[in-house]
Parts: sequence; C-alpha cells; structure tokens
Amino acid sequence: MAETELYKLTETMCGEIDQWIAKFPPERKQSALLASLHIVQKETGWLSTAQLNAVADYLGLAYVTVYEVATFYSMYDLQPVGRHKVHLCNNISCMLNGSEKLSEHVKAKLGVEFGATTTDGKFTLKHAECLAACAGAPAAQIDGVHYENLTPEKIDKILDNLD
Amino acid sequence: MIELEIDGKKVEAEPGNMIIQVADAMGVYIPRFCYHKKLSIAANCRMCLVEVEKIGKPVPACATPISQGMRVFTKSEKALAAQRAVMEFLLINHPLDCPICDQGGECELQDLALGYGDDLSRYTEGKRAVDDENLGSLIATDMTRCIHCTRCVRFGTEVAGMRELGTVWRGEHMEIKTFVGKSLTSEVSGNIIDLCPVGALTSKPYRYTARAWELQQRYTIAPHDCLGSHLNVHVRRNEVMRVVPRESEAINETWLSDRDRFSYTGLKSEDRLNQPMIKQSGHWQSVSWEVALEYMLEALKKVIAVQGPEQAAGIISPSATLEESYLFQRLLRGLGCPNIDHRLRQIDFADQDSMPLYPGLKVKIADLEQQRAVLIIGANVRQEQPLLALRLRKANLKGAQIFCINPIDYQVNFNLNQKLICHPTLLPEMLAGIIKAILVKQAIEAPTTIAEQLKSIQVTEQQQAIAEALSVNQPSTILLGAIAQQHPQAATLRSLASLLAELTGASVNLLTEGANTAGAWLAGAVPHRGAVGLTQDKLGQTIAELFAEPRKAYVLFNVEPAQDCANPKQVTKALQQADLVVALTPYNTPYLQQHADVLLPIAHHAETSGTYVNAEGEWQSFAAVVSAPEQVKPGWKVLRVLGNLADLADFNYTASTEIRDELQGMLANHSLKVAKQVQPRINLAYTKHPLTRITEWPMYRVDGLVRRALPLQQAASHDSVGIRINSKMIEQLQLAAGGLATVEQAGESVTLPVILDERIPQGCALIAGGFAETEVLAESFGAITIHV
Ligand code: SF4
Ligand code: FES
Ligand code: FES
Repeated sequence: MAETELYKLTETMCGEIDQWIAKFPPERKQSALLASLHIVQKETGWLSTAQLNAVADYLGLAYVTVYEVATFYSMYDLQPVGRHKVHLCNNISCMLNGSEKLSEHVKAKLGVEFGATTTDGKFTLKHAECLAACAGAPAAQIDGVHYENLTPEKIDKILDNLD
Repeated sequence: MIELEIDGKKVEAEPGNMIIQVADAMGVYIPRFCYHKKLSIAANCRMCLVEVEKIGKPVPACATPISQGMRVFTKSEKALAAQRAVMEFLLINHPLDCPICDQGGECELQDLALGYGDDLSRYTEGKRAVDDENLGSLIATDMTRCIHCTRCVRFGTEVAGMRELGTVWRGEHMEIKTFVGKSLTSEVSGNIIDLCPVGALTSKPYRYTARAWELQQRYTIAPHDCLGSHLNVHVRRNEVMRVVPRESEAINETWLSDRDRFSYTGLKSEDRLNQPMIKQSGHWQSVSWEVALEYMLEALKKVIAVQGPEQAAGIISPSATLEESYLFQRLLRGLGCPNIDHRLRQIDFADQDSMPLYPGLKVKIADLEQQRAVLIIGANVRQEQPLLALRLRKANLKGAQIFCINPIDYQVNFNLNQKLICHPTLLPEMLAGIIKAILVKQAIEAPTTIAEQLKSIQVTEQQQAIAEALSVNQPSTILLGAIAQQHPQAATLRSLASLLAELTGASVNLLTEGANTAGAWLAGAVPHRGAVGLTQDKLGQTIAELFAEPRKAYVLFNVEPAQDCANPKQVTKALQQADLVVALTPYNTPYLQQHADVLLPIAHHAETSGTYVNAEGEWQSFAAVVSAPEQVKPGWKVLRVLGNLADLADFNYTASTEIRDELQGMLANHSLKVAKQVQPRINLAYTKHPLTRITEWPMYRVDGLVRRALPLQQAASHDSVGIRINSKMIEQLQLAAGGLATVEQAGESVTLPVILDERIPQGCALIAGGFAETEVLAESFGAITIHV
C-alpha cells in the first residue's frame, strides 16, 4: 500500500490515539477514528491525504473508510485553512433570527465567500449545520468556541480580538 | 413459523425474515433499489415502502421484520403513493439520459420509473452533476446517474473483502468514490456492474456496442478455473457482446470473477488461425482440411511405425472439453501411442498410481462455507479460483480458522489465523511439522514412511496451533493449490496432506488447473490410465518425461507450449528437434510458425459444444454460443474425422453428447480400484539452490484466451512481468528496484525489470510464467542467477 507521499504520526499523536483505542474492544478500533482525526488535525488545522492514510494504517482501516468519515463531518478540513476557523450556523432557528444578515456582514468584513480563506491566511469562513444552540440563535462556532445571540457588532468584536 | 398476510394472501415464514424476503418467495414484487439478497440491508433508497396494518407510516419492506398476524399491503393506495413519492425524489437529481445510457432497456430505475414515475417532473431547479471516476479498464462510470443505493460499496466491504469504493461527502454532495481516484484491483470487481441498479457503473469493454434488446442470451460454463461457473453469454449476430453470471447457488451464486466475465474480449484476437496450414520445406501454405488431416495422419503414422510408438506424444490443455480429451486419447492410443498428458505445469508424478479417479474437491464448493478450519497449502486462492476465495471468506466470517503454508505472503480477503511463509523448498517440511505436532500430542507412533525424516524437525508453536485447530474444529479441510501441485515435491505434499487428513479428520482437496482437469482424468488424458480409470496394457510416459527425453512427434491440443508448460526451455528444445509437430490450435503464433509443421484451426470453448467436469465432479454440458469463423472446426469434430480417417473403430459420433453419454455409460459400469493404497511417497530431502526461481501463472496469464483479453491485461498492468524480489535480496545482489537485471537459467538469459516485492522470501525471486518475456526460461522452481 505504499503511497508516494508519506506521513508518520508523531509519538504524541500515537500516544493520544492509543488512549482512545483503549476505550473500545480490540476489534473495534474503528471507533477511535473520529478522535484520531481530531488529534492529527491539531497539527496544521487540516488533514492531508498522507495524514489520512497514516491514520488508516495505524487503525488498520481501509483508506476509503477514513476518507468517508473525514469528508462526512464538517469539523475536518481537507484543505489548508487559516489560523482561525469561523463557522456560522445557517439552519432554521438562526436563519429566523438574522443569520443571513450576519453572514453577509462577515463575508463583507473578511472579503471571502463561504468555504474560503482570507488571503492573509488568518480566517477560514465556513457554514455550520445546527450547532444545537437554537435558543441563542443566531450562533457561531469560532475556533471550537460557541458564541450566541450574535449581531454584526458582536461578531466584529470577537473577530477583531483574534490575532 | 409466523403466519402473516401479504396482499390478502396468507403465508407462513421463519421469524427474522423481512417482508421483502417473504414477498419475493411468494412472487409478490416489491420495487427496490438498495436491497439485494446477497448483501446486508441498508434500507437507504426507500423504494420498497409498503403499508402495514396498524402502523401509521409506510415501512420499508426490506428492513421490516415479519411478525405474527401482520397484514401487508404492497399495492394499496397508501403504499403506491409512498412509492411514487420516493421515485419522484430519486429522479430529482437523476440526469434522465436513458437514450445515451448503456443501462437503457435493462435498468431497474428505468423500469420502476415507468411504473411509478410521473410523465413530467415538478422539479425545475438545477440538477447536480458528479465527476466520473476512472475505475480502470473494466468498469465505466457515469456517476451523475448514481442513486446512492450503496450496493457497490457493500459488495466491496462484505463480499469481496476489499473496501475500494466508499460514500464520501454527505447529503446532497454525497458521491460514490474510490479513495482519491484509484482503479479497482479486486479480482471480482465486475460484479458491481450487475449490482448497480442504474447506469452509473457499466461494463467498459461493452460500452456503446449493443442494446439489451438486440442480444440473445445463451448459456455456457466458464472456461478458466475448476469451479465451472455458470455463464450467460449475450450474443448479437454471432458475436459475443458480453458475459454475465447465471445464478447457481451451488457454484457461483450470483457472482462471477473478472476473468470469467471479461475473457470473451480475447475471442477476436488478431492472431486467430482460420485455415488449416502445413509447412513444407520451410514454407507455410493454407490447405484444405482433407489435405491437412491426411498429411498429418500419414506423418504421425510414419513416426509411430518407423521410430516406435514411444516416439510420439500428445499434450492437451486441461481446459479442453471432456469430449475433446476423450477423443484425443482414443485417437493416439488407437494409433498405438500411450504418451498422453494434460498436466502442463506439473513436474512430480511419483504418486500418480495412487491418485483417485480424478483429483478435485471432496467438499462441495458451497459447503466450504461450513468449514470450521481450513489449511491452504501452496495456493494463491484469490487468483486461482476467485469465487472459491469468497466462500472461504464467508466461512471465515462465520468463525472458521484459516491457515496457510505458502512461499509468498499472498494478500487474501479473509483473516489468516496463522501463516507459515517459507522458502518453497521448505513447504514439505512445514507441513511435516504439523504432522509431527499431532503425533507427539497424541503419542502416536509415526508411520515408517516418515518416522526417520520427522526426527530432525522442530515443531513450532504455529504448527502446533494449526494441528490443534484442524483436529478440534470439524469439519476441517486442507486445500492444495497450484503451487503445491506444480512443486518439485508435489507427490510428497499430497502424501503429507493425506496423512495429515487421516490424523485430523480433515478432507484433502485439490484445486486443479484449468477448467477441466477432472474431465481430463475421467477421459483418460493421462499416460497411466485410460478413460474412467481403466488400466492400460501399454503405459505411457508423463509430460515431464515426454519433454525431458525429446520425442520425434508431438501433437498439441490448444496448448501454447512455451507459455503453458512447466519448463519452456525444455519444451522448445524438444519441439525443435522433433520431425513432426502438429498443433490443433485457435491461434497462429510466431512460435507455432517456427516450431510446428501442421496447424489445425480449432474452435474456442464458446464455439463448441462439450462438457466440463468441475473440481467437485459436476458434469456440466453446454452448447456452442456462437459458430466458429471460416474454416475453424470444433475440436471434437476434428478428432472424430481423424479417428475415421485412421480407420479406428467406433468413431462415428454425430453429436458431442454421444461422446459424453458413452463415457457416462463406461463410468456406470466401472469403478476404479486404486491398486492398493500405494505407500505414501514422502521424501523431505531437497536441494536448495543459492537462488531459486518461484514461478506462478498470474490470474490473467493462465491460458491463451485470457492472455489475449486486452481489458484484463490492462487491469493487471500493476502485476506486470519482472523479477519480483525483496529489498534485502536487492541489496545482496546489488540490483536496483525499477532498474533492469538479467536472469540466467539453464544457459538462457532474459533481461527484465526488477520489482521490489517484500512478499517474496529470502533466497528467491518470483518470475512469472505465461509471458512471452519469460518463455525462454526453464523449470518453475529451478536455480537461477541474477545480475545487472
Ligand atoms: S454506483 Fe450504482 S450501485 Fe453504487 S451506489 Fe450508485 S447506484 Fe448504487
Ligand atoms: S439552527 Fe443554528 S443553532 Fe440550531
Ligand atoms: S430496498 Fe428497501 S429501502 Fe431500499
């Protein structure tokens, strides 16, 4: 299964992945896949093909299995990303509470469309499906942190405070 | 038993069945896309929605288990409304490009859309489009047509045991893809063409060549391995357009190997021989059949009369039909020559007198699934009998333990509990170690034939585990594959396997070569026995002797000598010095031009009627699916005419079935008594060369037809010919992976690419047979040297 591009998981990564593997029965290593991908993604903020292969080999899974999972969940990025990931919710509750206006605002502020990264490599703007924060709609998740009841002014402040 | 009612009809069924299974058994059709009886239930297409009394919403029939007193309505207003609604959704993103779709006319979506779809779509928004995948030379893709039933994905995961296709992205963006654009490598990949209910996955060689309604369907038996899978050949105007499986639970289920499915593409090769030809004073000329047959017979009779009958030899393909093999040996024996053999790649025949009536499987193919422990010896099952490997996989999934002893660490599609990978010369010793483990454990004295030789053997833990598993888990079975039978100590391996079987209660099964090894034995195409095993006054010599001590005349039947036989160099030398070489062959190759004197054009298996006896002893007869071109004649007819010309008695068959019936009659009146169980011949001693050649015939190089099937050759391009060798050996011999090196064997040399292959044991290089590139080389497991 030699791939031209090779990637070796670091010892720390293996250590962390092993902790997850230990939580499941030995023949169910696949259960550690989500966590493993998060662990590896921490390194650069996104997952390269070589990294996906490395995770597959480590867990003894078919490459395509890992590829399926990595493409299914929006928390994984398969392309280089900016230093900060901004996910704006676009589902129904947020929509009713002004997420469309918020989206337009953020797009204009950052100068990028959804799914793209600012030229300075600072922000990647993405849609999120319902963040389970409907009570605080409109909501966003920025670098893994939830923000609720957002307005253009509020989100400006949050984004301006990031370096 | 549970009683329920479907569409007003009462029915009883086992609990655990799904509604769709019961309905299918009753002949009540419920529309479906994702459900397939050989795959797990995914219930993702929702086409099978039906109404069930007392359940508010329609339920998927494929995923709803039956219950007592259940009343199901498959065609009620509610059911139909649900089915129509699902159809409307399925068609939203479907391109509706039936006029340019290969599936048109045999498409499940098209059929159901006719029944359940609307004439006009209410959907006016943009449709999505999906990029196509390049899956290689066998399967064409039009992924925009995919309806995401995931049958193809489940087939790979569950049946083939190779997860190559997956569902990536999600929701509206979901696509069926390989992992970043790889071709499929599975040897059974073509089955996804049949499984795909729409035109997303279709046959690439067949693409745009015919419409389903132009084709006639004819039945035949697959000609490449000893399973004898059932085929439906689709013919248009006397041309084979494609091949699909014909369901046979006992043999191929609903599947087919890619070899059996696509080898028809080799039928129209450019080097087809269309006319009888003879060579006179170095010049080839086309002649009439009469002239060719007279000429050949006179010449052959002359050799036999002048040089003696032992100076003639007949070599026939193990994929020739039963009828051909029978007439072939009758003709030669009738002319006084008992030298007949079909065992092209074998070299050790020391135990041939103790062979059963025919070698093959003791266990039925379908019963392999029930085995609890399996020991594979010298076999690359996935390549040799791809569908047999699927049965082993099923056994394995049900808990069977599987072990192997192999010279190469072959990739398998099941879990191996233990694998003993060793230098090929050590195969017998490895097997003997397992025997010793049992003898020691059970405190049984070793049989005298082997006692002395066992003394020096150290039993490993692995061998102990295998011995234990084979004895404890019943039924257990031992499979000997091509490598075991082509091995220089094949007789020892067979004897050891029998001994091990006796000690453990396992059955011994031989996975034989070609499509009709069993038939060849039954027909008497062996030198030491006649048809149905009858003893012979005049014993012939084995193929190994027939080439080692060159003869004056050779008659070859559908054999490409230098690519089909164990020691091409020796074969070529023998043919060179012979006075007469007659080839009954579908092909006119430069090799035959050079070495033969008479070429007689015979039909391919698709062009002749006949019978194959598969490894489990099933006699499967078939008719020709197309007629042979030009002057080409079915082999049995040519042999019949030759028999008549030679004035041999009882050669007046009018149909191939008469020949088969004659053999069957003989069989009913005769049962072979194997003389006395000849003492198992066991000889563990071996000569170890400094560097040994391992030879295997890759899956798409086993016979003339597959070798000419271009799409298969392209599909196997990653498995190209070369010197396959591990990294340590590369270093040791100072070679460069990817560079060229020269192999020398028995005074001949060829230059081939060096291919890094860590599966190969130390002290060996794998150099495949069946290629023009290696046809000057010698023995399969002989000594070689390699240098840059
Ligand atoms: S490609 Fe065909 S078999 Fe595979 S998911 Fe799509 S429709 Fe189903
Ligand atoms: S819809 Fe936005 S958080 Fe639920
Ligand atoms: S056939 Fe039942 S959901 Fe697809």
